[in-house]
Amino acid sequence: MRFGIVVFPGSNCDHDVYHAVKHVLGQEARFVWHKSTDLDGSEVVILPGGFSYGDYLRTGALARHSPVMQEVVAFAKRGGPVLGICNGFQILLEAGLLPGAMLRNRGLRFVCEEVELKADGRATRFTSKLSPGDRFRLPIAHAEGNYTADGATLDRLEGEGRVVLRYCDVAGRVTDEANPNGSARGIAGIANEQGNVVGMMPHPERACEPILGNDAGRRIFESVLG
Amino acid sequence: MRARVFVTLKPGVLDPQGRAIASALVHDGFAEVRSARVGKLIEVELDERDAGRARQRLTEMCEKLLANTVIERYDIELG
Repeated sequence: MRFGIVVFPGSNCDHDVYHAVKHVLGQEARFVWHKSTDLDGSEVVILPGGFSYGDYLRTGALARHSPVMQEVVAFAKRGGPVLGICNGFQILLEAGLLPGAMLRNRGLRFVCEEVELKADGRATRFTSKLSPGDRFRLPIAHAEGNYTADGATLDRLEGEGRVVLRYCDVAGRVTDEANPNGSARGIAGIANEQGNVVGMMPHPERACEPILGNDAGRRIFESVLG
Repeated sequence: MRARVFVTLKPGVLDPQGRAIASALVHDGFAEVRSARVGKLIEVELDERDAGRARQRLTEMCEKLLANTVIERYDIELG
């Protein structure tokens, strides 16, 4: 499968995604510059983590206006699989492909650690290899991962099984103590209605090989391979 | 024409920065501080002389880019 990894000025997880997709999963991977007006035949689009445009104004706010984003939005609307990781998730929110917004972490600090997560909701293009209740650990690294939306939107996301990842404790309980950033209802990842667009704060690309101590992230990329 | 756009978090949206600032002020002896909210001020210079049109364009700018209306509100001050 051909993966397109969008590179914005300030993206810094693009090469990690490239490595995971190409060398670990053996798929075709190519970088797509943010000024590009086509996706170079990509069958999967990944918006990687980083600090696009230096996080100026709001995280993801300026990246959303990059030329390539028109193509990404059109690709998503046609049902193409799009995964936003960390800053990529923030960009998907700003682009309106996913509902809600990110606030500064509750503790005001940049949080960089491995956290406990639980799969939830229904199967999407990026979570079909996970079952609700599956627990695993993935790294997070962000200062704005405090997901928020109005109550009706949160209820709808939950009701439609679109909350696909939650922060939890080792027993799988979604508690305030296990929540690293204050995110509403412990939300770490959500999907759009069709399940082809997924945004997640944790970094699966940093946990795809046993030599890195964790390969739980593989299942996210393997899901889209079908 | 010059304009000042104030972007602030909507009432009810948690503002961890504002909360930390309020608590620091109280610790510094400003016991009367009840709360603080942090926002942004964006100064914009426009090639436009008509205040009505300027306000309309600035509103579009706010809706499209300057504010995220899921969590933020904006106020426009002209002149």
